[in-house]
Amino acid sequence: MKTFKIGGVHPPENKLSKDAAIEVLDIPKTVYIPLSQHLGVPAVPVVKKGDTVKTGQLIAKGEAFISANIHSSVSGKVAKIDDVIDTSGYRKTCIIVETEGDEWEPDIDRSPDLKEDCSLTPEEIIKKVQEKGIVGLGGATFPSHVKLMVPKGKKADILIINGVECEPCLTADHRLMLEKAKEMLVGISIQMKALGVEKAIIGIENNKPDAIKHISELASGYKGISVESLKVKYPQGGEKQLIKALINREVPSGKLPIEVGAVVHNVGTSLAVYEAVQKNKPLIERVVTVSGSKIDKPSNFLVRIGTPVSALLEASGGIPENTGKVVNGGPMMGKALNNLDAPVAKGTSGILLFPEREVPRKPMLNCIRCAKCISVCCMGLEPYLLAILADKERFEECENEKIMDCIECGSCLYICPSGRPLLDNIRVGKNKVGQLMRSRASN
Amino acid sequence: MSLLTVSGSPHVYSKESVSKIMYGVIISLIPAMLISFYFFSLAAILLTLTAVVSCMAFEFLIQKYLIKGPVTVFDGSAIITGILLAFNVPSSLPLWMMVIGSAVAIGMGKMTFGGLGKNPFNPALVGRVFLLISFPVEMTTWPKPTEFSTQLTDVVTGPTPLAVMKEGIAAGRDASEVMAEIPSYVQMLYGNMGGSIGEISAIALLIGGIYMLARKIITWHIPVSYIGSVVIFSGILWLINPEIYVDPLFHLITGGMMLGALYMATDMVTSPMSAKGMIVFGIGCGVLTMVIRLFGAYPEGVSFAILIMNAFVPLINTYIKPKRFGEEVKDV
Repeated sequence: MKTFKIGGVHPPENKLSKDAAIEVLDIPKTVYIPLSQHLGVPAVPVVKKGDTVKTGQLIAKGEAFISANIHSSVSGKVAKIDDVIDTSGYRKTCIIVETEGDEWEPDIDRSPDLKEDCSLTPEEIIKKVQEKGIVGLGGATFPSHVKLMVPKGKKADILIINGVECEPCLTADHRLMLEKAKEMLVGISIQMKALGVEKAIIGIENNKPDAIKHISELASGYKGISVESLKVKYPQGGEKQLIKALINREVPSGKLPIEVGAVVHNVGTSLAVYEAVQKNKPLIERVVTVSGSKIDKPSNFLVRIGTPVSALLEASGGIPENTGKVVNGGPMMGKALNNLDAPVAKGTSGILLFPEREVPRKPMLNCIRCAKCISVCCMGLEPYLLAILADKERFEECENEKIMDCIECGSCLYICPSGRPLLDNIRVGKNKVGQLMRSRASN
Repeated sequence: MSLLTVSGSPHVYSKESVSKIMYGVIISLIPAMLISFYFFSLAAILLTLTAVVSCMAFEFLIQKYLIKGPVTVFDGSAIITGILLAFNVPSSLPLWMMVIGSAVAIGMGKMTFGGLGKNPFNPALVGRVFLLISFPVEMTTWPKPTEFSTQLTDVVTGPTPLAVMKEGIAAGRDASEVMAEIPSYVQMLYGNMGGSIGEISAIALLIGGIYMLARKIITWHIPVSYIGSVVIFSGILWLINPEIYVDPLFHLITGGMMLGALYMATDMVTSPMSAKGMIVFGIGCGVLTMVIRLFGAYPEGVSFAILIMNAFVPLINTYIKPKRFGEEVKDV
C-alpha cells in the first residue's frame, strides 16, 4: 500500500465522531466574521455599521492577489466593525452582524438537486471561485483561485484531492466524503477543467474504508478521476507528503507543488468549489468536528462562519468538568484557544477538548541522542540540531540546515522520549530566519 | 471551570520515555546475564551486582553533592553502565577493582561531561579500558567456564580463544592446528569458552539484540554494518591465506564482537544520529576491530575500535546528513 517514504508517526486515531452524521447547527444571534480568515492580505470591508445584509452578501473584498472575499453568513444588521479575539489568540478585526431571520441572496440556488453540467470556461470558473471567497479548507486556507491559476511557464498535469484527514480525532472530511460525494466529484471535475488537466487522484487513508468504497463506486462514472487508498501515517495530508505518496514526485525544497506538475486541493474545498460555481453559494459555512475523550456527544456540525466556538461546545453537550485545554484544529497541528468565544473561521476544521490530565507534557530531560526525531521527520531534517541552533540563536546555521523546509507537523515533539521542546524552538528559529530572509530580499 | 492551558502544538505525546528505553535495554540483557551466571557462578553475580550498585551510588553522590542538581539515578542508564561494565571483565576480577572501574565509568566517562546524553564516549568502555590499562594481569586472566556452583575458589584459568589464536599464529603455527586447541564453534556460540562475563554467548546476545530491534530501541544500521564489515574484512584475508587467518565466523563469535556490535556501538548517546552516519560508524568500528585483532598488540580490539569511532561521531554528524526531502530534483 502506498505511503510517503521519509519519516512519519502513527498517533492513536481517536476518530470518535466518525459515525456522527453532519448536523446543521442553529444560526447564532450574533456572528463575528473575521476579515482575515485566509493566508494573505486581510479583506477590506465594503459594508458599514448599521447596514442591512443578506446571507451570502459580499461584506469584505479581497483586493490583493493573495486574499479572499468574505460574505455574510447570516442576514441582519451590521452591529459594528471591531477587534475581537479570534482563534489565533490575537485581536483581529471582525464584522459583527446581529442576526434577523435568514434571508439569502436571491441568486444563490439552495435546492439540493445535483447540477452536473458546467458550461463555463476555465477563466470564468476561476473568477467565480475568487468571487465566492473559496479558500483551502484543509487548514492552510490558501485562496483557491490562486492555486487554480497555473503560473506562466509551468504546467499542471494532475490534480490531487486530499481526503487523507491524517490528523487524529478530526472527521469533518470523512463525513463530507460519505454525505456529499456526488457534489464533491462534480467539484473535482470543475477544478480539472479550470486547470486543464485530464487526471485527478483522490487520496484517502485506509482507516476510512467506507469513504474509499463509496467514492470509488461514484468516481467510476467520471472520466479521469480515481481513488487511491493510502496506509495510515501522519502527516500524509501534508501537500508534499501526499504528492510523494500518490505519484512519487518530490517537490523541491522551497518550491510549490506546481513545480512537479501537481495541484493539491482538499475534499472540502472541492465541495465548496461545486457550490460556488454551480450554485452561486459563497463560502459561508463549513463542517467542524467537535470531539474529546470526555465530551458527551462527539459531533460534526455544519456551522455558519462567525459562530462562537462556545455555541458548538454547548450543542455537543457542554464543556466537561476538568477540561484543561481547548484546541482549534487537530491534536498534532491545532492551536490552543485562549478564548472560547472566538468565532469559527473558514479554516476551523475541529474543536477538541483535552481533560486536564492529558495536558502536561513529558518532564524535560537531557537529549539522549536517540535520533527518533530524525527518523520521524517527514522532511528529512534534524530536529534536535535545529532546536539547539535556534536556542543558541545561530540562525544562519539554522537556514543552512533547511529549517524553512519544516512543515511544523509536530512529529518530533510527539515522539521525543526526553520531552524536549523541539518544535517550539524550531518555530522561533523559523520566525527569525524568515525575518533574515526578508531583510536580505529588501536590501 | 479552571483555567485553560495554551501551549504550542502538538497536543498529544507518545508514550516513549527515557526510562522506558533504558529498562528495555536492561530487559534485553537478561539472557546474556543468565548465561554468565550459569558459567561463572557466584563470581559473575557478585561482580554484576557490585558494578550496578557502585555505578548508581557514584552517580547519586556526584549528582547530589558535587553538581547539586536533579538526581536521575533511577532512569536506568547507570544500571546499564554497571551491567555492561561487568560484562566486560573476567569473572575473577577482585570486587574492589570493579568499584574503581565503576567510579571511572560514571565519574570520568559520564558525569564530567554533564551526565546522560552529554558524554562522547561509552562510559562502560571508558571504565573497561581504564581497568585494562591499570590492572593488565587481572584483566586478562580468564577463568574457564564451569557448570554452576557456589564455590568461589579453585577456578581454572586459561586464555581466550582469540588469545590462543593470536599467540599460536605468532609462533608460526597453522591456524587450523591452533583451532584444535579451542572449543568447537557450537560450544563457543553457546558460551562455553574463556572470556569476559557477558561476552561469551553470542546466541544470548543475539536474542537480546533482536528484542531491542523489535522494540525499536536500536536500528539495524550499526550492528549490520559492523558485523558485515568484520565478515568482509576477515573473509578476504581468510580466502587469501587460510593458514594464518581464521574464518569470519570465528571472529564473530569470539571476544566482545557481539556484545560490542549489539550493545556498545549502538549506545544511542555515543553513536551518530543519521542512518547513513550509523553505517559509516559501523564500518569504521568493524575495520578498526579487525586491524587491532590481526595486526595490533592486543588479541581483542572491540573496545578500542568503538572508543576511537566514538571520537569521530561529532565529525560524522557534521558531514553526513540524512536525506532531505526534495533534495534531488527528479525529472518529471
